[in-house]
Amino acid sequence: MSSFRRTAAIVLRQFYLMRGSPVRVLPIFAWVAVDIVLWGFITRYLNAIASPGFDFVPVLLGAILFWDFFTRVMHGVSIAFLEDVWSHNFLNLFASPLSIREYVGGLVLTSIATSALGLLTMVILASTVFGLSFFVYGLLLVPFLLVLFLFGIALGIFASALVLRFGPASEWIVWPIPAFLSPFAAVFYPVSTLPPWMQQVSRLLPASYVFEGMRATVAGGAYRGTTLLLSACLAGLYILLASWCFTRIHRHAVRTGLLARYSAESTG
Amino acid sequence: MSPKVLAVDRLRRLYGGTVAVDGVSFDVGQGEIVGLLGPNGAGKTTIINMVLGVLEPSAGTIRIEGADIAASRVRALERTNFAAVYAPLPGNLTVFQNLRVFGLMYGVKELPDRIETLLEQFDLGRLRNSRCGVLSSGEQTRVSLAKAMINRPRLLLLDEPTASLDPAVADDIRTQIHEFVTRDQVGVLWTSHNMYEVADVCDRVLFLSRGKILLEGDPGALPRAHGKETLEELFIAVAREPLALRRD
Repeated sequence: MSSFRRTAAIVLRQFYLMRGSPVRVLPIFAWVAVDIVLWGFITRYLNAIASPGFDFVPVLLGAILFWDFFTRVMHGVSIAFLEDVWSHNFLNLFASPLSIREYVGGLVLTSIATSALGLLTMVILASTVFGLSFFVYGLLLVPFLLVLFLFGIALGIFASALVLRFGPASEWIVWPIPAFLSPFAAVFYPVSTLPPWMQQVSRLLPASYVFEGMRATVAGGAYRGTTLLLSACLAGLYILLASWCFTRIHRHAVRTGLLARYSAESTG
Repeated sequence: MSPKVLAVDRLRRLYGGTVAVDGVSFDVGQGEIVGLLGPNGAGKTTIINMVLGVLEPSAGTIRIEGADIAASRVRALERTNFAAVYAPLPGNLTVFQNLRVFGLMYGVKELPDRIETLLEQFDLGRLRNSRCGVLSSGEQTRVSLAKAMINRPRLLLLDEPTASLDPAVADDIRTQIHEFVTRDQVGVLWTSHNMYEVADVCDRVLFLSRGKILLEGDPGALPRAHGKETLEELFIAVAREPLALRRD
């Protein structure tokens, strides 16, 4: 019960921040909406000039929607963490009975809420304005989103761990990680398009299996459930590794004095 | 001797080859206010950080009501709290929101009532919906103290709690802390550079120099025992001529 209350405290803090600041709420909707509108019109144009019979909407706009969802999940965790960096709050948090598991749990719950709002925005825009039908993905839609969610959580925790390790000045690390991964994740093209060494990297990314599966499903081809299970296991493994990494880095920060000095560095 | 709230035994902290805290042992009893004094860099904040569990000792043990901070961190920190000028509460939350968030974090029972009591006690009622970042430094200190008392801690760590307050407010705050300590039998470790304040509130003082406890005793009697008129004179002597003094 105490553990639940401490996790709830982290979520409540983020809720208060968003409720009191529209500037924090707007990006949850704005960036995904801009992406969907931009790529919605691009797909319309491509449908107009391409040979009839091929629909770019579920392939291209669907890929954008999935990728933005993954990015929002990752940034949801990292931004919640950065709020504590920006407000020099680590000493207050970590000198309390709060455990790392409870703290990270609070960040993840916050991300679930913010990314769900972003997803809802994208789904409404993509389906009502650009005619994206989610029936085309069938029941696989749920595991696709689940794998991307798990992978986003893993990367969000890992990025936060890096900022904890390298100090407030390393905040920039958080933002470009999805962009660095996107060529390997094969968001817009099949993995086979990539040179062999990039294909090797691609196989390590759970997201690449989702986008391969999405294209196969839209094309009416078969997609093996075992492949999807493999990607889910891979994403689960990355969450464990990222959590281990965060815990180790926190431990290192307590041992070396980095955590005690973190506030001072924040103000420097 | 009252039962120990805090027991520090042979505490040592190294930064590379530099010894910041060198084999320090002391304790704080129930209802006792112990002043941790010393010049800048003497190791006071390092000790407080180790007691709070945000800095690992190189050697030694810290027990809070018998709970070893290394082995039973949650149990030890549930009964501890702190206020320090270098750890302000998030400025983007209101006074009420901060107290609610930290009240949950410390597992406070009947939290709404506790928050109302503290808002009244620290004269924060009219500021309850103000963001902490826009408060004056004195008001922020009062909010930090309210947060420090939210879980009715058994051990309270106060690192220069009145540093940014005017004399009248500082006096009120000292009175409130003193009442809290007397009523709830809390143990307090208090650092300050204000020797008048230390003489007024502390039952016992520890003078630190270069990471070691140089002197320990009653703040009223200690200066004369070392040929000084006041605690301030003794402090200056500790800062300038530590080798001329030694722990009794």
